[in-house]
Amino acid sequence: MSETTYVKAINATLARAMREDERVIVVGEDVAEGGPYLATEGLADEFGRERVRNTPISESAVTGIAVGAAQSGLKPVIEIMFIDFITLALDQLVNQAAKAHFMSGGQLSVPMVLRTQGGSGGRAGAQHSQSLEAWLTHIPGLKVVMPATAADAAGLLQSAIADPNPVVFVENKSLYYRREEVPEPPEAVPIGRAKVVRPGRHVTIVALSRMVGEALTAAERLASDGIEAEVIDPRTLLPLDLDPIADSVRRTGRAVVAHEAVRTGGFGAELAAELQAAAFDYLDAPIQRVGAPFMPVPLSPPLEDDYRPQSDQIYSAARYAVEWADREEPVPIAERPAG
Amino acid sequence: MAAQRLDAGTARDLLATMWRIRRFEERMATLHQRLLVHGLIHLSIGSEGVAAGVCRQLRDDDEIYSGHRAHGHVLAKGAPMDRVMAELMGRSAGLCQGLGGSMHLVDVEHGVMGATGVVGGNLPMAAGGALAAKIRGGDQVTVVFFGDGAVQAGHFAETVNLAALWELPLILVCENNGMAEFTTRAEHTTVDSVCDVVAPYGFERQVVEGADVPKIWRAFNGYLEKARTGTGPFLLECKTHRRRGHYEGDPLASRNALNDAEWAKLDPIAQLEALATKRGWIEEESAQELTAAADAEVDRAIAFGRASEPLTPAEASQLVYARP
Repeated sequence: MSETTYVKAINATLARAMREDERVIVVGEDVAEGGPYLATEGLADEFGRERVRNTPISESAVTGIAVGAAQSGLKPVIEIMFIDFITLALDQLVNQAAKAHFMSGGQLSVPMVLRTQGGSGGRAGAQHSQSLEAWLTHIPGLKVVMPATAADAAGLLQSAIADPNPVVFVENKSLYYRREEVPEPPEAVPIGRAKVVRPGRHVTIVALSRMVGEALTAAERLASDGIEAEVIDPRTLLPLDLDPIADSVRRTGRAVVAHEAVRTGGFGAELAAELQAAAFDYLDAPIQRVGAPFMPVPLSPPLEDDYRPQSDQIYSAARYAVEWADREEPVPIAERPAG
Repeated sequence: MAAQRLDAGTARDLLATMWRIRRFEERMATLHQRLLVHGLIHLSIGSEGVAAGVCRQLRDDDEIYSGHRAHGHVLAKGAPMDRVMAELMGRSAGLCQGLGGSMHLVDVEHGVMGATGVVGGNLPMAAGGALAAKIRGGDQVTVVFFGDGAVQAGHFAETVNLAALWELPLILVCENNGMAEFTTRAEHTTVDSVCDVVAPYGFERQVVEGADVPKIWRAFNGYLEKARTGTGPFLLECKTHRRRGHYEGDPLASRNALNDAEWAKLDPIAQLEALATKRGWIEEESAQELTAAADAEVDRAIAFGRASEPLTPAEASQLVYARP
């Protein structure tokens, strides 16, 4: 094991991939300068500006160029600096990259990675703080991964670069600089494999990205109440590794799904729907969803702090689920938690 | 390097190619009415000279990207007509196993790397193909076909800027038919020609008449020779006439109808046949032979398509993701 950070793990993985395979190129705004979070720092020095290409602020063209270059045999890793800007790249991502293999009857493949980062907490306002990953999970042909740790970031990025399909790699700006242990030498993490982060038997917490850490904090507090929470990180949203999550819920009988995105239409809705179908007969309580309120991310620090989903909400949702069966009367709709 | 001039053999090849496209597309109207071909069918009658004049000079390993009006480009680049027909019929013997259709023809073996139904969406992808060629360091060239309607979309500006900035071996071929879907160019922009739009970037560009096939051939040949050295981009803007409506079934198809004499002046086939006859490159009978051969090929293609079945849903579902 060695100590690093999430963003350095990404940087090291990119460098290793470029060293091992000359088809890997890195393209995006300011990438040769390292980018705002230094995820691509030093790559231009080692690999040159032919393979580490700064681009103008042209998200559509950058993404389309990656699609075309991938179809012609390169393995582009592009950076969309904030997931908020993916709106500008969606035609190329959704209409071209995701469908090329299918619509060509299997002739084309698009081995590209679109790295981006989301999440609130940066006091950056509503156009630099969103969590838009759920949109992308609606698109057949894409893969969507969302690592919560440095080790998973490195391992999933390695797999994403090797994958013959377009992979959207969603980082979280709040996770970038924590010190973490990673395996040395690095280990690939397969796409489409969930991970049980903490075993437990009373309630299953399914958490994405930054919320994995919040879920572990909540689980500590629940443990002091005598409630053993199992925390599972899907790591890949598309394709979702449902089986281990459903197995867990069948054992615990209760589930909380938690993400930083707005709750309405978030990926938690998909998780809850799949879990109720897979574990209906085993459920002792309604599946609880934790997510951000239905509001753009506010700038004002106290408002943003209030807006961001935290361990408290996961804790409350888990308690609510665990105590559901103890209720003698049905809980009036008005008293049920919004989250 | 001076651009080459058209010779008799090349002229005959261009005529044969244009007749193949013309006869294929003329048959589309009937096939569409009989529901043998499906979806939105956009015909290129009137701009066959662009497809032939450009694609017949390319190698299989040169890449083209096209749009929704792609039949001509794909046939001229070498895609087998029977598999194009089967694709339009949605059959498994089609180029794309019937999953793409008229607007999404792909034939990787012949360098047809994509055709998109999203106007202008092919532009950045073509730049990506050119970037790959440039990084690999060969002499491959990428060509992207688009209409003047694509020029007002944001990805056109983004792509032209990047292609110029990176000096990509990309040849932009615009079929400017003066119509963007259902309305005229005048309703979309105040800029007269597409060449004017890209003028500030300073790369080589020119406007040619779409019915003047020798001129298209020579102009493209000049750009191609330069692009083979790994540089670019270039813009060839061809003023074409869209003989049919926007698509088959277009209720407003007669909006720009011409009489026969007017059409003959804008018809690339009539124009090249007249020139070739004058120069003694073809006999009158050989023109008839070309059309008869094209008709026979279309007949065979229809029979080929009809003999094939669509994929099953289970087979189609296996093609959502590429396998390692």
